Amino acid sequence: MSNSNFYDDAPVEAPGKTFLDSTEMVLNMGPQHPSTHGVLRVILKLDGEKVLGTECVIGYLHRGVEKIAENRTYAQFNPYVDRMDYVAAVSNGLGYCGAVEKLISAEVPKRAEYLRVILTELNRLASHQVWLGTHALDIGAITPLFYTFREREEILKIFEKYCGARLTTHAFRIGGCQYDAYEGFDREVLAFCDAQDPRLDEYEELLTTNRIWVERTKGVGILSAEDAIALGVTGPVLRGSGVRWDLRKAQPYCSYKDFDFEIPIGLTGDTFDRYVVRIQEMRQSLRIIRQAVAGLPEGPIMAKVPKVLKPPVGEVYHSIEAPKGELGYYIVSDGSTQPYRVRVRPPSFVNLQALDVMVRGRLVADVVAVIGTLDIVLGEVDR
Amino acid sequence: MRPFLDYLHSSVTPGEYGSYLWAVIYILIIFAVASVAVMLMTWLERKILAHMQVRLGPMRVGPHGLLQPIADALKLLTKEDILPDEADKVVFWFAPVWVMMIAFLNYVVLPFGRTHAVTDMNIGILFVLGVSSLSVLGVIMAGWSSNSHYPLMGALRSSAQMVSYEVAMGLAIVSAVLMTSLNSTGTGTLSMIGIVEAQKAAGRWYIFSMFPLGLIAFLIFAIAMIAETNRAPFDLPEAESELVAGFHTEYSGFRWSLFFLAEYAAMIGISSVAVTLWLGGYLRPFPNLLSGHSWDLAFSLFPGLIFAGMALMCLIGAARMPKIPQMKVQTIGLWLFGGVIALIAVVLFLPGVRERVQDIFWFAAKVAAFMYLYIWYRGTFPRYRFDQLMKLGWKVLLPVSLAVLILTALVGIRQDLSTVLMGVLR
Amino acid sequence: MPDETKDSQSPAPGQESPKAASGAGSSPAESTSAAPAAPAPAAPSAAAKPAPAPAAAPKPPARPAAPTPQPWECELTAQLKQTYGSGIREAVTYVGQPYLVVDKSIAHDILRLMRDDEKFDYLVDLTCVHYPAREEQFEIVWILYSFSQNIRVRVKTSIKDGEDVQSVCSLWTTANWLEREAYDMFGVKFAGHPDLRRILLPEDWSGFPLRKDHGILQQDTEWVHKNLGIESAQ
Repeated sequence: MSNSNFYDDAPVEAPGKTFLDSTEMVLNMGPQHPSTHGVLRVILKLDGEKVLGTECVIGYLHRGVEKIAENRTYAQFNPYVDRMDYVAAVSNGLGYCGAVEKLISAEVPKRAEYLRVILTELNRLASHQVWLGTHALDIGAITPLFYTFREREEILKIFEKYCGARLTTHAFRIGGCQYDAYEGFDREVLAFCDAQDPRLDEYEELLTTNRIWVERTKGVGILSAEDAIALGVTGPVLRGSGVRWDLRKAQPYCSYKDFDFEIPIGLTGDTFDRYVVRIQEMRQSLRIIRQAVAGLPEGPIMAKVPKVLKPPVGEVYHSIEAPKGELGYYIVSDGSTQPYRVRVRPPSFVNLQALDVMVRGRLVADVVAVIGTLDIVLGEVDR
Repeated sequence: MRPFLDYLHSSVTPGEYGSYLWAVIYILIIFAVASVAVMLMTWLERKILAHMQVRLGPMRVGPHGLLQPIADALKLLTKEDILPDEADKVVFWFAPVWVMMIAFLNYVVLPFGRTHAVTDMNIGILFVLGVSSLSVLGVIMAGWSSNSHYPLMGALRSSAQMVSYEVAMGLAIVSAVLMTSLNSTGTGTLSMIGIVEAQKAAGRWYIFSMFPLGLIAFLIFAIAMIAETNRAPFDLPEAESELVAGFHTEYSGFRWSLFFLAEYAAMIGISSVAVTLWLGGYLRPFPNLLSGHSWDLAFSLFPGLIFAGMALMCLIGAARMPKIPQMKVQTIGLWLFGGVIALIAVVLFLPGVRERVQDIFWFAAKVAAFMYLYIWYRGTFPRYRFDQLMKLGWKVLLPVSLAVLILTALVGIRQDLSTVLMGVLR
Repeated sequence: MPDETKDSQSPAPGQESPKAASGAGSSPAESTSAAPAAPAPAAPSAAAKPAPAPAAAPKPPARPAAPTPQPWECELTAQLKQTYGSGIREAVTYVGQPYLVVDKSIAHDILRLMRDDEKFDYLVDLTCVHYPAREEQFEIVWILYSFSQNIRVRVKTSIKDGEDVQSVCSLWTTANWLEREAYDMFGVKFAGHPDLRRILLPEDWSGFPLRKDHGILQQDTEWVHKNLGIESAQ
């Protein structure tokens, strides 16, 4: 967590320099800072306002999730994954359940898969809404935050009605869903979707057409497609750089191939593109939800899985398109009731690594814009 | 005693009258009213911003959170006064006092009415320009003495911003001053009251003079004054998401509240300057179009009517309060508040008061419109980045204000020339 | 130590021989599956690991369709086997997911080859699994993905405790933090890493928490005393 050699690089007392020469300033942003989205600490090396280099110090929220997994049974570990990306808990659960189901070769019933899709896409909307609000707040527009949280509240209400929890939902069980859709679920979800469309237009009115917003985001934090791939970034960050890759399309899981939707991509890979990509993704999510609600089949919602899970010896990697990017679970089973090793491939962690490339040579104000556009959740970065 | 009371029958400012005692009384009144206005402003800002953001804002302390500013002030005053170990103690202590002093110094020349100003300096507007540029010193002192990175960066940003926007602002002011000289005598004035009287004589506010030159100059000033007071979207020195709280990051409690007070006082002060220069200051709307005794009477009823309306709102609100024991105190409070406002309304309808107060009312109404704009901007705009701010200041506002100044002068000369030529021809 | 006992009871999964192919449990079709699904012709020659003691062999509860590893046969593996011979210890698919187990000495070459020639341009993840019972305790896992082929492949290698493994930072920039995390959690050193420091835990923390011999309640008490001034961080 500390960073001894970072400070040493600064040429403080180079020979031949007078006291009038400027030196670099080291600015410590975080872990307590309004716009580091949690307990991220970024050490900036500055020349005036210009960023010469960054160093991310993470781990303040490290809880050893992977170690916990090795000491819990497969089903017991399921609620823990909600605590990683707590803004998109449902997606975490989907990824984990999918991985274990693959390990035990369970066939999830169609109705459960559709329910999962609806909830996960709702969660994607909620996650993007948190992102939009905080991102706009970082750039100085304080109002969108309240609008997006108003919408998110509607989603959380649906979650609460569905499974009793709002944030750390534990919505899915290994093999399906524990709860069936409640009475009036489809009606409420559709009503939400109908209300959401004009409100997305409202956000765009506030931001997309706002000159200051465009000036603040266009050309900021450019990430070329090559860099994006080399850095392993995924999700909207990768798509913003113009790579049309979405796991829901590339390797469809959980019945995603039944739905008709598009993958929005950006052109230049700047902050504005990523913003547009996420906004468009929200519209696509609404499309998926509408299709899933319309096509929600009847039938069981739970596969036949044993009460005590003892997957065969083997290993599996399963990943889903979480709101932040590729969320992967690499599970090694030794045949016992507890996983031998669970490795989480956290999208936020990997995406955060791109920060340095994106802000080098830019201004301090761009750092907060880029942290916002990366859409990290520190619970997931640190695990 | 006699000269003391005699002043009341005069129609000049205490400064012109030469009464130090009355000047002190005016200063005290202005200070008190400005402080109350700042408190009200914080409440209004929170309420208006809240309603823009689909929430209610303060609702707990007093009816509709009306007493929230008082609670805030009490909280700030009773907070622990933290002085950072590494800070430069003297400068750290002095900076908020300085900023506060400068913010209120402007009020000396602000004309709230024909006779309602501490004094009428003949270099009034120069005084305003000079004094308001001093506040940057306090900001730098605060940033430097805190001995911390964020305040330092905030202070540097702030000084750069204020210095660069002052240029455009000054040029815009010059073009307004230029307009005062475009009359039959050909002599202009720098006095604040003089500028308002010139607008009265010209028969139009300067925002409408030489359309669109006056308007453009006004817009330049309106943009520059937001930057000058470090408000959104130019609030970079205290950009919360970047610099935590900018130059006052290390300040807390009472010292911080001085900065806060100064910021709002400066907002009101600079808006007053804009109102004086372009919006006819204390003049009522349409002084020449809708003139005559009956119109005078109608306009003079406005303050009372507004207050009566507010009182009615309060009383209706109080009557509609839920009749439950928990809300009893609040209901009584709202009744009382409405009652007080109704009383003020009645006082404002009295003929003697009516005539003397309406200057102040129109001035305050115009300034209030600016205050609303400040809040509106804050609720709407994202923040500029530092280089964009500089670009806007130097590459857009400065050339435009220069052009406006030159064009104003040219148009003025043309008018002058034509009168001269007419004289020669005759 | 519950995990140690658990570990001694059942053999580590990777040790299980892949030639137990019964041909029955065909894995659920998945787009990743680059496996041609040909019925295992011959046991991979490289998979010469000693089979675990039959008594300890894991018996999955009576589930008829328990998936079993299938040999991974395709051009790539054939070519690799030709080039590297016994360096490729295993080339298997399990539930439709192919992976290669390679010798430590050729791991970096294979990874470079995978990136440059086979266009596996995206390093999905890099992690480590600890098998204290084995001689080569640490299994390093690289998960690779190719955008052009839409295939995900795992490459694995094993190293002894204290041995280095070649860093892949020069191949994929993203490996930087992933390797730091693996070092942080397992103490595996990556040779050639530009800045191999702890990433999640404090720099002067001692102990590698994801090793199997590191208890779940164990902590660096001294560090906690010194830096947090509290008795215990539990």
